[in-house]
Amino acid sequence: MAKPASNRAMVTRLVVIVVGMFGFGFALVPLYDVFCNITGINGKTNASAAVYTAKEIDRSRQVTVEFLTRTHTGMPWEFRANTKRIKVHPGEMATVNFYVRNPMRKDFVAQAIPSVSPGEAALFLNKTECFCFNQQPLAGGGEATMPMSFYVDPQIPEDMTYFTVQYTLFDVTARADSLDDTDNPFLNRTGRSD
Amino acid sequence: MSKATEISSHDAGATAAHEDHHEHHIPKGVMRWILTTNHKDIGTLYLWFSFIMFLTGGAMAMVIRAELFQPGLQIVEPDFFNQMTTVHGLIMVFGAVMPAFVGLANWLIPMMIGAPDMALPRMNNWSFWILPFAFAILLASLFTEGGGPNFGWTFYAPLSTTYSNDSTALFVFSVHIMGISSIMGAINVIVTIFNMRAPGMNWMKMPLFVWTWLITAFLLIAVMPVLAGAVTMVLTDKFFGTSFFDAAGGGDPVMFQHIFWFFGHPEVYIMILPAFGIISHIVPTFARKPLFGYASMVYATASIALLSFIVWAHHMFTTGMPVYMEMFFMFATMLISVPTGVKVFNWVATMWRGSMTFEVPMLFALAFIVLFTIGGLSGLMLAITPVDFQYHDTYFVVAHFHYVLVSGAIFSIMAAVYYWLPKWTGRMFNIGLAKTHFWCSLISVNVLFFPMHFVGLAGMPRRIPDYSLQFADYNQWISIGGFAFGLSQLIFLAVVIQACRKQGEPVSDRVWEGANGLEWEIPSPAPYHTFETPPVVK
Repeated sequence: MAKPASNRAMVTRLVVIVVGMFGFGFALVPLYDVFCNITGINGKTNASAAVYTAKEIDRSRQVTVEFLTRTHTGMPWEFRANTKRIKVHPGEMATVNFYVRNPMRKDFVAQAIPSVSPGEAALFLNKTECFCFNQQPLAGGGEATMPMSFYVDPQIPEDMTYFTVQYTLFDVTARADSLDDTDNPFLNRTGRSD
Repeated sequence: MSKATEISSHDAGATAAHEDHHEHHIPKGVMRWILTTNHKDIGTLYLWFSFIMFLTGGAMAMVIRAELFQPGLQIVEPDFFNQMTTVHGLIMVFGAVMPAFVGLANWLIPMMIGAPDMALPRMNNWSFWILPFAFAILLASLFTEGGGPNFGWTFYAPLSTTYSNDSTALFVFSVHIMGISSIMGAINVIVTIFNMRAPGMNWMKMPLFVWTWLITAFLLIAVMPVLAGAVTMVLTDKFFGTSFFDAAGGGDPVMFQHIFWFFGHPEVYIMILPAFGIISHIVPTFARKPLFGYASMVYATASIALLSFIVWAHHMFTTGMPVYMEMFFMFATMLISVPTGVKVFNWVATMWRGSMTFEVPMLFALAFIVLFTIGGLSGLMLAITPVDFQYHDTYFVVAHFHYVLVSGAIFSIMAAVYYWLPKWTGRMFNIGLAKTHFWCSLISVNVLFFPMHFVGLAGMPRRIPDYSLQFADYNQWISIGGFAFGLSQLIFLAVVIQACRKQGEPVSDRVWEGANGLEWEIPSPAPYHTFETPPVVK
């Protein structure tokens, strides 16, 4: 009853499925990014500057944007939002400032990673200028004020009246030098292939 | 189904005579077991291995329950407690439940479809023998400096990357080996079922255990490679500087959960679909009626398998998904209760007006149907997004998955062992002892897991070695139930050892009055080689 030839063909096909699914596991990584870009499910914002294109400002309603800051474990910088909360009309440009201070003697390079909650709001937050687009070097003992300009897309749904933008500051001093070939290495994931 | 089992007496006689001849060539000693390519030997090895792992993982559960007997820290350090919960989960999932089902598949599938052996006997040998090494590595990691894995069996990043110790590498390699073993086993099952069915056994005549295993095997080859990918990413994130799950490097820790549960949810059906097959054999036997709705059982199994790929994020409702996605995963999850309900109703309809008797396998099967349904209903509660925010990561979840895995999957394995053990050994097991095992297990498993619903609803978090004082009474009950359930399994061990030592009354070929299927046509005990001449299924 054994049919070795057809067994071999079948095993080959099944092994191809196995290898394919192993690859699919890794393919989920870029797919996840694409999916998140389209749907905004994980609250990632645009990684490079948006151009202000809003034709008109919707004066009939306001959206409250709240800013939170934190530093990643082991990152000693002081980091806070000068404006904790701002009300904007959809389509209206606004600029808020963030304060950082490096209390150490050592020079640091920092990278801020934004996250918007609820995630869908990320699709309607357009940043025309942001310190998070670049790495931020700061000498020991130095301090700086970092601006962020944005507008809320007038397409934002009526029921979305409040969202939070959180910046987490990471210490990237160790990786900063080798990765300066792209404008925004940490959001482009080039760190992966190291 | 009954049609599938008719076999001409001429063929059966010829096969039996042929097998007697081979009986003399069984190799002896340890090398028989190391070199064996016989599906029955390998099935036996898998089942014993799974039983040893069941007791090992059970001993870890006893450590957990001893610590939780009282609030405060008495016996173990929190870090060791976390290692116990982690390794208990890994061993029970990958070492006890899955190998037990593979063992049953090895023993039964060739006999049920009239094949002389598995299609790929040498690979079969490999797929078993790499397994002890996987678990030796996992268990050895507990004795390394800094201890074994302590991040939960779900190994969420960054617990398993940033915050884990160096033994994570051992964990990753052992999971790789377990995965390879499962994939090889699954490929073997698929090829066997596709290529080695007896003449006349078409798809819709296949016994349900074969059907459910075929679908399970496809789930295995679809998702075990994804698990292998996930542990590989953890390995490279931890040791080779990648940032798949590290936000500082552009990765995303939540993505870990998506990848893990893309594997993890089909995995829970891998652990329950063969159980559905087993119950679909036992209930008709002891109700003395053919299974109600054979075709709907097959389609229900396939539907559950397909749906299992689109529900994974119901494990992640609290990670902050958009409401429309939570709604999608909630409704997709609830949809699974439809084919599952079809199965439960089919079993009940099979028993309806049947001539039921309550032999030990039937007792376990009935307990399975009731207790698995309880676990399914708590699963339905967990599927409701808004209330899941209350239940998430509490003992309610622990109660849910132990009802479906212990009183579900493990009860079905025990039912299967009691059902087919006389066929394997040729002797009836000690029925009195087996009934004692059943009643002790049934009562203790409920004392163990039912109060977990209450402490969970009251807010007791899982995976914590200490708890608030108000949970103390329930936890004492749970621990007492746990010790009783653990000790009850030693009765099971005694029953199986007695049967293997050929103690007990010899049984007939059919063993059970209402049993149907090719495996009941061959002599008891099943000869070393069966169906070398394929039977003709009419």
